[in-house]
Amino acid sequence: MPNPDIQHDSNGALKHFLTIEGLSRETIYDILDVANNFFNFGQREIKKVPLLRGKTVVNLFFEDSTRTRTTFEIAAKRLSADVININVPRSSVSKGETMLDTIRTLEAMHTDMFVVRHTSSGAAHLIAQHVPEHVRIINAGDGRHSHPTQAMLDMFTIRQYKGDFTPLRVAIVGDILHSRVARSQIHALKILGAAEVRVIAPRTLLPTGIESLGVTPFTDMREGLDDIDVVIMLRLQLERMEGQLVASEQEYFSHYGLTEEKLGYAKPDAVVMHPGPMNRGLEITSSVADSDKSLILPQVTNGIAVRMAIMARIMGGSSEGAGQ
Amino acid sequence: MNNGSLPTVDEILSTMEQELRPMVSTDSLIIGVHSGGVWIAERLHQSLGLSTKLGSLDISFYRDDFSRVGLHPQVKSSHLPEVIDDRDIMLIDDVLHTGRTIRAAMNEIFSYGRPGKVRLAVLVERSGRELPVQADVVGQHLQMRDDEYVKLTGPDPLELSITKKN
Repeated sequence: MPNPDIQHDSNGALKHFLTIEGLSRETIYDILDVANNFFNFGQREIKKVPLLRGKTVVNLFFEDSTRTRTTFEIAAKRLSADVININVPRSSVSKGETMLDTIRTLEAMHTDMFVVRHTSSGAAHLIAQHVPEHVRIINAGDGRHSHPTQAMLDMFTIRQYKGDFTPLRVAIVGDILHSRVARSQIHALKILGAAEVRVIAPRTLLPTGIESLGVTPFTDMREGLDDIDVVIMLRLQLERMEGQLVASEQEYFSHYGLTEEKLGYAKPDAVVMHPGPMNRGLEITSSVADSDKSLILPQVTNGIAVRMAIMARIMGGSSEGAGQ
Repeated sequence: MNNGSLPTVDEILSTMEQELRPMVSTDSLIIGVHSGGVWIAERLHQSLGLSTKLGSLDISFYRDDFSRVGLHPQVKSSHLPEVIDDRDIMLIDDVLHTGRTIRAAMNEIFSYGRPGKVRLAVLVERSGRELPVQADVVGQHLQMRDDEYVKLTGPDPLELSITKKN
């Protein structure tokens, strides 16, 4: 995997946001605290602040996305940045331009920040290594590797509903193998000191050596959900599957689809999350997704405040503190 | 100037209270700027006996030095519990120095609506203005050198001290 340290500058300040690995607990909490301030903006007449006024943010998506791209766009606009959205499947890359040439072309237009999603693991890291000193990169999902802003908004949501992380038992359920979200969530939960992190999936969707991340694997929902505070369901990424990883959708649903009955194995006050988009009736039933235990829509709302906080954090000057 | 010649914060506050009393009505809003201005605003809000709820502002998102120094690590929440449209606002800060904090605070207030009138009351007004900002009520004027720094510590007790910058 790429070296995560390029996201800090020589003074240790956060410069890019590429992966959760290597972030301190303090940095994560600082970002969540700033996000909490932005979250309270709902009551204001004018929901914008001038922090990124005059800056240009390019959302560069080499892979489709609705909620991530939209919430990044709203977040940047609330910070007063100018935002350009580029969906690459429809632009020059289909004419043969390389990713780095695309970046250099956009850089030449004085872009200050790129929000990058790419199907290849390590794409955002590679870009971060090739941009000038003043340009910032945010990873909006790279292959199976990492989706750090999603993990941050999930941590924000968990803290909002559950408070302290240290007593929490969290289960991540489903297609762990293809999930960049799961990897980033696991790193974040470990850094924040969650009591236990479990992954629940059929063996074919559990990456080998997943235990080395400090999680306990389960293949049975009843055992895996026992005593759980937070259930995070993942989308079955059928489009990424090569070969027969699940026997059939019906069989997957009967074993791993989150129904009210299976949710009953978890603690009575357990909450349910899903990064979206959901396959209703495959990994989760509508009765659970739309229940009062579901935090799926709050996750989307929180994505705006958390992405504002991350952008503000990496765009600000790097010296310590602020004076009188 | 040294600490010995400074009046106590309580003494300054009672002068300010007398000056403020005829300027505010029961409908006036008091808004303090974090952190020192909020401490001062809490004391004045109590002694003036206003029925409106006290407001507080953290101006971190409006600072003009963000691109140089970044966000303050401990940003507090701004809290304006009353509708500010057409209201009479008394903005409170501890030290008026360059005027940049007040510029930022006014920008933030206007993000919440259009106040009827905004005035400024400060515990200490010192030399060194960099923007055309004046206070309507000043507790204490201080003529200070550029390398001197006045700081309010608190909230209990509230104390003013003057130090030299290293």
